[in-house]
Amino acid sequence: MTASLLDGAAAAIAADVNAGRTSAAAVLAASLERVAATHAGAESLNAVLHPASPGAEAGSAASGALAGVPVAIKDNFATLSLPTGCGSKILEGWVSPYEATAIRKLREAGAVVMGKTNMDEFAMGSSTENSAYGPSKNPLDRSRAPGGSSGGSAVAVAAGMAPIALGSETGGSVRQPAAFCGIVGVKPTYGRVSRFGLVAFASSLDCVAPFGRTVDDAALAMEVISGHDPHDATSSTSDVPVMRVGAASLEGLVIGVPKEYFPSSLDPAVKALCDRALDRLRAAGATVREVSLPHTALAIPVYYIIAPAECSANLARFDGVRYGPRMDADGVQAMYAATRAKGFGPEVTRRILLGTYVLSAGYYDAYYRKAQEVRALIARDFTEVFASGVHALFTPTTPTPAFKLGAISDPYEMYLSDIFTVTANLAGIPGMSLPIGRVDGLPVGGQILASHFDEPTMFRVAYALEAALGAEAHR
Amino acid sequence: MAVTPEDVRHVAQLARLGIAEAELATYVGQLNGILGHMEVLQGVPSAGAAAAADAAREGMTRRPDELGHAVPLERRREDFAPAMRDGFFLVPRLATHEDPGEGA
Repeated sequence: MTASLLDGAAAAIAADVNAGRTSAAAVLAASLERVAATHAGAESLNAVLHPASPGAEAGSAASGALAGVPVAIKDNFATLSLPTGCGSKILEGWVSPYEATAIRKLREAGAVVMGKTNMDEFAMGSSTENSAYGPSKNPLDRSRAPGGSSGGSAVAVAAGMAPIALGSETGGSVRQPAAFCGIVGVKPTYGRVSRFGLVAFASSLDCVAPFGRTVDDAALAMEVISGHDPHDATSSTSDVPVMRVGAASLEGLVIGVPKEYFPSSLDPAVKALCDRALDRLRAAGATVREVSLPHTALAIPVYYIIAPAECSANLARFDGVRYGPRMDADGVQAMYAATRAKGFGPEVTRRILLGTYVLSAGYYDAYYRKAQEVRALIARDFTEVFASGVHALFTPTTPTPAFKLGAISDPYEMYLSDIFTVTANLAGIPGMSLPIGRVDGLPVGGQILASHFDEPTMFRVAYALEAALGAEAHR
Repeated sequence: MAVTPEDVRHVAQLARLGIAEAELATYVGQLNGILGHMEVLQGVPSAGAAAAADAAREGMTRRPDELGHAVPLERRREDFAPAMRDGFFLVPRLATHEDPGEGA
């Protein structure tokens, strides 16, 4: 196994393993060597918290669409072979008694779990700085954040440890780090991929979401992990369509450009790269039309009521009795309080407090009910635009390229880095980010959004844009 | 609707979170700062929007709320919950509690 093979596309690695030209064990060894090489000393990327052991390939099918392909898994997926800690001290050392459906599907397709990756604690954050195990570093500039919350998985792909990784999305936690690290990140339609075995943060928003180095790697991962699962009450029974549609003409396709995603305050260099991408989409045959999503500015306030409210309920289970370490104290209530105070970091504590507050008597209607109503207006904006003949939308993924580690200390300012991504989670529609160029050497992502269960159109645009930009996407 | 220190103590108790007195002012300030950004929602006409959206949601079928089969364990129960008594899982005893089963 050579490093160049590991650097190849996931489908190419699988083809080599299926044909016997290399073995899953050899590919895994190369992946683990890459982990070791990037995790030494002060310059460690700190992306993989729990690397797999040599021999881990034995738990996967010998052949399949992802035969021998190393896949990095965010630390909030239940796995049998490695601990599941959610980047939190409160789950330190916990090993799940069952495995997430998405992991099972990957293994059945031959993929090999090469490690569990760093993340903001319980997926609450946009930089991985909220991990109890220290921040991951952006491989393109180690003084900068890789984004979050799925930053470790993004780094694993960007630094060549694995061609595919799984993250999770609640408000942009895959698309934003994909943009910061110069790779592809996909948020499926809510219900497209089973959430069974994904540790819950905000259940009405959470999605299993893959990263790939290329659009095709990401589409391949999506085809493998999608599909109905009776273990997830919100899993859709919709058929799984072909998503590896390849690059083709966009003739007949209408792409909307929502003006609210291009405010006057947008970084001019980011805007210039978006304009170039739109020119390429026009050249590929698409019609580009300005549209309006008038409730966009309300998405962050809505999200930061609904997500903390749901998290305050979901994280109630971590109490020192059923999972992880326990702090002894005088009586059971004091034990709960001491364990949770010790086990949760400041961002998780802040969101549990906020969520409990907006759900409490006297504030429920003013905050939570109101947020649910405005969420419906945000979803209606998308429905109306797609009903008007627009097939997909194009926006920047983030307002800026990757920021410096430690540069943002105000919680609300950090929340604003998700301003262009949270809307898709609130509306339940699919979205993805792919590289569209660089500013001062730092990657910039372009976002494509489509209507519910229309991942094929989203990928059609992505394949065409990736092909049209070529090497320009990375310079 | 300014959040007070007493509010934070109250919701911390509801959420079973221990908050040190020294941290209280920080959380009060942060919650007020965050909730200040939420006030914009109060002026948005939205009555009935959530119900209409639920009715219109496409493809989001939900599983019937019926009792089904338990998810089979993929690791031996003894590996992660070794202690049982009378069909119940035993968890570590609180230091301040007697074990009624001891000596029985």
